[in-house]
Amino acid sequence: MKVLVAVKRVIDYNVKVRVKPDNTGVDLANVKMAMNPFCEIAVEEAVRLKEKGVASEIVVVSIGPKAAQEQIRTALALGADRGIHIETDEEVQSLEAAKLLKAVVEKEEPKLVILGKQSIDSDNNQTGQMLAALTGMGQGTFASEVVVDGEKVNVTREVDGGLMTVALNLPAVVTTDLRLNEPRYASLPNIMKAKKKPLDAMSPADLGVEITPRLSTLKVEAPASRQAGVKVADVAELVDKLKNEAKVI
Amino acid sequence: MSILVIAEHDNSSLKQATLNVVAAAKAIGGDIDVLVAGENVGAIAEAAAKAEGVTKVLVADNAVYGHFLAENLGELVAEIGKGYSHILTSAGTTGKDFMPRVAALLDVAQVSDIIRVESADTFVRPIYAGNAIATVKASDSIKVITVRPTGFDPVAAEGGSASVEQLDVVKDAGLSSFVGEEKAVSDRPDLASAGIVISGGRGMQNGDNFKMLEQVADLMGAAVGASRAAVDAGFVPNDMQVGQTGKIVAPQLYVAVGISGAIQHLAGMSDSKVIVAINKDEEAPIFQVADYGLVADLFEAVPQFEEELKKVL
Repeated sequence: MKVLVAVKRVIDYNVKVRVKPDNTGVDLANVKMAMNPFCEIAVEEAVRLKEKGVASEIVVVSIGPKAAQEQIRTALALGADRGIHIETDEEVQSLEAAKLLKAVVEKEEPKLVILGKQSIDSDNNQTGQMLAALTGMGQGTFASEVVVDGEKVNVTREVDGGLMTVALNLPAVVTTDLRLNEPRYASLPNIMKAKKKPLDAMSPADLGVEITPRLSTLKVEAPASRQAGVKVADVAELVDKLKNEAKVI
Repeated sequence: MSILVIAEHDNSSLKQATLNVVAAAKAIGGDIDVLVAGENVGAIAEAAAKAEGVTKVLVADNAVYGHFLAENLGELVAEIGKGYSHILTSAGTTGKDFMPRVAALLDVAQVSDIIRVESADTFVRPIYAGNAIATVKASDSIKVITVRPTGFDPVAAEGGSASVEQLDVVKDAGLSSFVGEEKAVSDRPDLASAGIVISGGRGMQNGDNFKMLEQVADLMGAAVGASRAAVDAGFVPNDMQVGQTGKIVAPQLYVAVGISGAIQHLAGMSDSKVIVAINKDEEAPIFQVADYGLVADLFEAVPQFEEELKKVL
């Protein structure tokens, strides 16, 4: 079966985020960019499904500027077979991303679509669920285990208070949580091979989707910073302060 | 304006987060209806009707909603929500699961995880794991919103007298089914809403040592949490994780034991009223946010902490 994986180019998770002085956003000039960590887990899961003989082909798609092709190449080096780049320099919000991915799903007809549960820049946690709703598919969000079984997929989900397993009809959408797997690193020979793998570029207009943001960001500020308090000498002083100064016990 | 709040519950009791979401709805202003969808939820509907500020409680009581499957809830809420200006729910794992489906079915954007209401169409939410705070304006006619409960003080659970109306809307999308669940059983308060939280990190060294924290927690009526490092090391299960990718907590008192204070952990607890850090490394970043820091070996300090607490509690 064919698996479609969506990946996003975001600020590298090790980079310290700085808000621009004019409060229009976060400073991304000359900042290291990388594949969103949850998307790496999505690629890894697809590759494992292929290694198990469950998946036959892995198509990786990314929406974003020209440079997003770097992340598609990374996914190809990790084991995806083919790339699709939907090129746009505009801000693409979750609903539009889901509409673009829906158009790709209609063309490619994958049995399983795997996405990260959220991107570490906008922290929305929406696109996978929206794609599932728009395509009429079931969804297994925040997955910690994915087992394909005939025409169904069983997804174990990380939920408040524990784990929950659902069975979904295929095709279905899965979004990844952190503990689904540990992504591998791409080997040098595979990085070289990835350069020769096919990568189609297209525009949102080619897919018949108009980018019309519904949300506008009025300002972006740094969070209020907490002041460091005092060091206490011992446990007795700590308990005394909590009881008589902070009055929280 | 009219606001629909989707109640968070577990078919046995109304979660406190629902009261925080009603508070967010009050900040927007307008009539507030609460939808309780689930199975055998009569008592939950009654509880919701008593919450301060609620006009009407709508009840969708059917087995198809019993496990909160997003496919079924999404269709239900999209249909009921059409007549409202705002649809709100808690940003717990249930709300995060079904709410984007509602937004997509209504062809509107969703504003995730708001922590403040500026006006009926403008909201404040953290981005980049709380390293930046964005003010966002929504232009759609229906605003679909998930609310971070710690951003809003809950409305009173008692005193209201909303009417209760049974709905006869059964939406079974037929796409998904419930297989099973493993819920952590605990007599301690819920991590997300506890007044006191005591968390352990990599410094705890193993899962058995968390018993020390549990003893202190039971003394104080606290919930026990953990850093991602402790979860990744396999000391404790993931549902105890506090941080960007785990639970966001804001208790009156947060005690961090053997936690260095990685940015992703701070994202989950730095809104706590009082923070205590116990760590043997005096350079640990957790001390930069702690109101009270104790540089000590936790294996000596935690038992002492328990003894001292026994004297005063």
